[in-house]
Amino acid sequence: MSVVSRRKMIVTGLAATAGVTGLGVAAHLANQYGLVPPDGGGLYGPGETLTYAAQRLLTRHSLAREFSPTQISAHPLANELAPLSDEFKRFQADQFADWRLSIDGLVDRPASFSVAQLKSYPSRSHITEIACEEGWSYIAEWIGVPLSHVLDLAGVQPQAKYAVYFSIEKDWWESIDMADALHPQTLIAYGMNADDLPVGFGGPLRMRVPRQLGYKNVKFINRITVTDSLKGFGKGLGSAAPEGGYAWYAGI
Amino acid sequence: MATLGSAPTPVEASLPISAPAAAAATPAPRHSFLVRLTHWVFTLCFFALLVSGLEIVVSHPRFYWGETGNINTTPLFKIPIPSSRNLVPTGYGYVLPDQNGWSRALHFQAAWLVVIAGLLYALHGLFAGHFRRHLFPAAADLTWRNISSAVASHLRFERPTAAEAHSYNVLQRLAYAFVVFVMFPLMIWTGLALSPAFDSAFPAAVNLLGGRQSARTLHFFLTIAFVLFLIVHLLMIFLAGFLHRTRAMVTGHVDATKEAK
Repeated sequence: MSVVSRRKMIVTGLAATAGVTGLGVAAHLANQYGLVPPDGGGLYGPGETLTYAAQRLLTRHSLAREFSPTQISAHPLANELAPLSDEFKRFQADQFADWRLSIDGLVDRPASFSVAQLKSYPSRSHITEIACEEGWSYIAEWIGVPLSHVLDLAGVQPQAKYAVYFSIEKDWWESIDMADALHPQTLIAYGMNADDLPVGFGGPLRMRVPRQLGYKNVKFINRITVTDSLKGFGKGLGSAAPEGGYAWYAGI
Repeated sequence: MATLGSAPTPVEASLPISAPAAAAATPAPRHSFLVRLTHWVFTLCFFALLVSGLEIVVSHPRFYWGETGNINTTPLFKIPIPSSRNLVPTGYGYVLPDQNGWSRALHFQAAWLVVIAGLLYALHGLFAGHFRRHLFPAAADLTWRNISSAVASHLRFERPTAAEAHSYNVLQRLAYAFVVFVMFPLMIWTGLALSPAFDSAFPAAVNLLGGRQSARTLHFFLTIAFVLFLIVHLLMIFLAGFLHRTRAMVTGHVDATKEAK
């Protein structure tokens, strides 16, 4: 074996050792700083973890692009819905007057809010794009109360790591980390384009997370739970999406 | 392809490697270890990305220009295939099975692998001289006469000369440089521009492309460009001799006895 290739082998060996050590250290740090998503195990775990960790480091405080009123889509698209439950239809029959959004878990003051109460809190609106994982998108003005405001009212405890939110419709729930939950653009939306949020678009209440894909924006929400671990929810993968094979973190 | 070997090519090549004295010492590899490793990582990822990407397209085989687009708006073009979602009016009376879950996970994981391998390749290219020695065409070779004669010989499907087993010709250099420095970065860029979170941190990434739907359409056009590159790349390898060119990309060494005449 020539000198050149021996030197090469040593260099390659050192590089490989450094690489493996580096990966180990990175994995440890990622875990420590909450950069591993709840569905970070399994075959595609490395890819999901890299995406989530990289974007959390880059985007913790960044704001989703906002558009001008002239850019609001003339033809927004309400995605297909499974037939709505009788329970939902009963609320719908009296214009959601009895609809409640409850908040529990790691909060000092568990509470429940009517739509009218939520509308009485300081509102925020933004004109943002919502994109479906399929590829299509539209821009709308979303009006609501920042999730952070409701979390403040309930008094989130310091060990909180995730907000889990549920639709009234069965098996439809998602969760976001506190970076997204406390993000100023994350809204409990009750309005769209200067009107009430239509049922097709998630009315009376929809979680609006503009830095993630459409499927994180659960329609017809009636419960929020604050937690420090997603292990006890469903299959422990963080939300309904990974149980159906989709990524928990949908910032892509 | 087999008949192509019969073209009477004058060979003036008396390459150092074919001289008995040189053969005794271990010659420098035709392709360095890092180029070979990343080549096969790219190959693996290419097919993973292509299959999963097409699977994702099937869920919405319509393309738009600008910021937004959906089935209520006019597409730039549609692909006349059935869809995996009931939402899309395709004219077909059936809906394909939805495979987006694993397709997306595979797509992003393969994309990460490509980016990591791409960074290694770029560092190697810059610092080990791969770009300078193997990819950038020599200024003297960039004459119209030289390029047009290379194009003409390619169009006649002439088998490459023995010299070309050891060094890329001017067209190869231009093609590979275009893939490495133009297509590859654009593919990553247009892909990242589809991420709402990435765009929140770097809005220019998507705004410069004319919007999110434009980025998606460009990402698709780049896929077509990559597939065309692959077809030509494979055609050229078959022309030059599939087995020994592939062996060179695996072992790093050219078997001089198997090269053209």
